[in-house]
Amino acid sequence: MLIKQISIFVENKPGRLSAVTKLLAENNIDIRALSVADTKDFGILRLIVNKPDETCEALKKAGWTVSLTNVIAIGITDAPGGLSGVVECLYAANISVEYMYAFISKAEDQAYVILRVDNNDRAIEALVENNFTLLKASEVYDM
Amino acid sequence: MERYWNKEIECMSREDMKKLQDERLVAQVKHVYANVPYYKKLMDEKGVTPDDIRSTADLHKLPFLTKADLREAYPYGLLAKPLSECVRIQSTSGTTGKRVVAFYTQHDIDLWEDCCARAITAAGGTKDDVCQVCYGYGLFTGGPGLNGGSHKVGCLTLPMSSGNTERQIQFMIDLQSTILCCTPSYAAYIGETLHEMGYTTDDIKLKAGIFGAEPWTEEMRREIEKSLGIKAYDIYGLTETSGPGVSFECSEQTGMHINEDHFIAEIIDPDTGEVLPEGSKGELVFTSITKEAFPLLRYRTRDICVLTREKCSCGRTLVKMSKPLGRSDDMLIIRGVNVFPSQIETVLIEQGYAPNYQIEVDRINNSDTLDVNVEMSDDKFSDMVKDIQQKERELAAAIKTMLGISPKVHLVPPKTIARSEGKAVRVIDKRKLV
Repeated sequence: MLIKQISIFVENKPGRLSAVTKLLAENNIDIRALSVADTKDFGILRLIVNKPDETCEALKKAGWTVSLTNVIAIGITDAPGGLSGVVECLYAANISVEYMYAFISKAEDQAYVILRVDNNDRAIEALVENNFTLLKASEVYDM
Repeated sequence: MERYWNKEIECMSREDMKKLQDERLVAQVKHVYANVPYYKKLMDEKGVTPDDIRSTADLHKLPFLTKADLREAYPYGLLAKPLSECVRIQSTSGTTGKRVVAFYTQHDIDLWEDCCARAITAAGGTKDDVCQVCYGYGLFTGGPGLNGGSHKVGCLTLPMSSGNTERQIQFMIDLQSTILCCTPSYAAYIGETLHEMGYTTDDIKLKAGIFGAEPWTEEMRREIEKSLGIKAYDIYGLTETSGPGVSFECSEQTGMHINEDHFIAEIIDPDTGEVLPEGSKGELVFTSITKEAFPLLRYRTRDICVLTREKCSCGRTLVKMSKPLGRSDDMLIIRGVNVFPSQIETVLIEQGYAPNYQIEVDRINNSDTLDVNVEMSDDKFSDMVKDIQQKERELAAAIKTMLGISPKVHLVPPKTIARSEGKAVRVIDKRKLV
């Protein structure tokens, strides 16, 4: 049920982001989803890709500071209120969402949310109990 | 009209001063050789005996002392008097491992305070003045030195020490202080606070300020003079030679007169140690010729400056030194505190970081800023911003504990701090001081 997310420490300077995306392209890595958290000095680029372990190795080899984090991917209906139910469910279970980001699939009326929470096990339990659709890692990587 | 504390000395002819220095130097070298085994060994190694030193012309034969010697000899290795004859210890603000401590007999305290009295008098101080001393008191020499000088002159002395700026201003107004002694950055801050509190220079009676213990610019002088409505005088000194008052500014404000009856100044090439002719820029070296307990001979200050004997409009004949142009080694003075990059390095290693770092010092609104860029490592990295910011705060707190001043810490990606082929460029000092 857990998806490997790659986080990359990036200086907040022109050209840094393109250096990462170029490296990914050269290594034939397909990006499924991404988000950037930034401060005045630095940014953290978070990626969901088709082959996380390989990507991580390639980035490390090129000198980037990288970490792998387990996150949850959940499928929701691409309609108003779709996300609300998920967040409510986690709130009711007293689980903190550290951050999240969403993307829409090629198939119609499906959206996906990547969730980084403070307790994966409890979050999965609460979501499954409330009949939300969690995606398996392979489903996300091969999307 | 120029005032002097000791006109006979301050305006002494060059010839007489040289004679006085010759006599005192010869006696001092004998005293040190007989009482300081550490220095005797240095002289023996160089093949110099006290008999070789017959006048100031022979000064160059003596070995140098450096801060490293002071650390090695800590605490008593350079002491030239029995402890029973010493009455005071002062210490440097730097805390690179071992502190440097200096010892004083009553005679040493008297001559130090006398030097400070000359500085206060040159700034126009008399027994009718109210002198507010906001240098730190304690081991730091700033407070005790100016306090003693102020007493000698007979000023009504306010031993405020530093901090609590609103109270400083309240006292300044209520007790009508006329002379302010503190670091230039604190003077600037007092000026700023005065105006923020809704006062103007009409509300205070200050006429002069004696500011030192850190480098400052002409531009800053003008700003302080404007914001406090005073004339701002520079003062120089270091704990190793006694404290503030080794040299001081007169009404001409074009450099600081060195109290040559107590300290002989030389300018040397910092790389070769060779003595340079008058007017050359080089490292300032002091020889204490009157101090009893802690008489350093040829002490390398690491301050880069120029000496001049050009006639001064104030009438003093004492040699003048320019404001130090920079340090000959890595030591920084930030907000009046000595900072060595090696101290920051120590903290980084303790906290599990690689010693890849760069220090940026700047002066914003007349206050020094310290930024430390440190390279992130894989094990410190997190996918969450708040974790990284927490690590930056922890590191800043550890550095503050070591230095006594707060830095801003920035974690940066590995290999982003420029590497040098020779000596690493650890420090970028953006303060424009000349």
